[in-house]
Amino acid sequence: MNMNSRRSFLQVLGTGAGWLAVASTGLWSRIAHGVERAAFDVDTLDEVVAKMGGKSYSESTEIDFSAPEIADNGATVPVEVMSRLPGTKTIAIVVEKNPHPLSCAFNYSADAVPFVNTRIKIGETSNVTALVQTDQGFFVARRTVKVTLGGCGG
Amino acid sequence: MSDPMRIRAKAGADFVEVKVLMSHPMETGQRKDTDGKLVPALFITKVVASCNGKEILNADWGPSVSKNPYIAFRFRGAAAGDKVSVTWTDSAGSTRTDEAAIG
Repeated sequence: MNMNSRRSFLQVLGTGAGWLAVASTGLWSRIAHGVERAAFDVDTLDEVVAKMGGKSYSESTEIDFSAPEIADNGATVPVEVMSRLPGTKTIAIVVEKNPHPLSCAFNYSADAVPFVNTRIKIGETSNVTALVQTDQGFFVARRTVKVTLGGCGG
Repeated sequence: MSDPMRIRAKAGADFVEVKVLMSHPMETGQRKDTDGKLVPALFITKVVASCNGKEILNADWGPSVSKNPYIAFRFRGAAAGDKVSVTWTDSAGSTRTDEAAIG
């Protein structure tokens, strides 16, 4: 067992919940951070950041965010994010014009590379933000995705 | 019972790359069926990926992840032969776990 996994193991066991987590999931090492459900119900990027515990965010060139300039089918738009920011904990995708902007959030362990590639629905032409939470705060990279056939409704 | 996830995990020089294709309708609750009635929301809310008993990453999702979700992620600290396990849970409380060996 290397030092990092031993430390996270002992941190989890230090709380009584640690043993419960092992019993219920069979996992002896779990990620402590996540995004609360309330963040999926708010209407703006600022409110999403607030629900994630942040007060502000700044643009960063250390986030590689790719999304198509034009999406033929808004029902399935490929997006890819790689964060080169140290201490990255969470990468979230926020679509400004969707009914609820927060689409998905990925929470990383120390062993995971802060990278994700996935496909999301974009209802209409919109700014799309890759929102990265690190030990130091919140950072963003933005793209505009034009949608010719909207992806949220029928 | 849902269809199995297709999971491919490949060890590279620097990290293991995992690609997962899930089978799930990811209904937003805003789509109308052919009778004009709203199809109720039903979508995956949580995904957990683990390897060798350790949680590698997890994800919190809303309904705007695409139908039949695809995700690719990368992690270190595992080798060919180790098993990657992926579990999803949806808004109705259904859950599914599939696993694959790293190749």
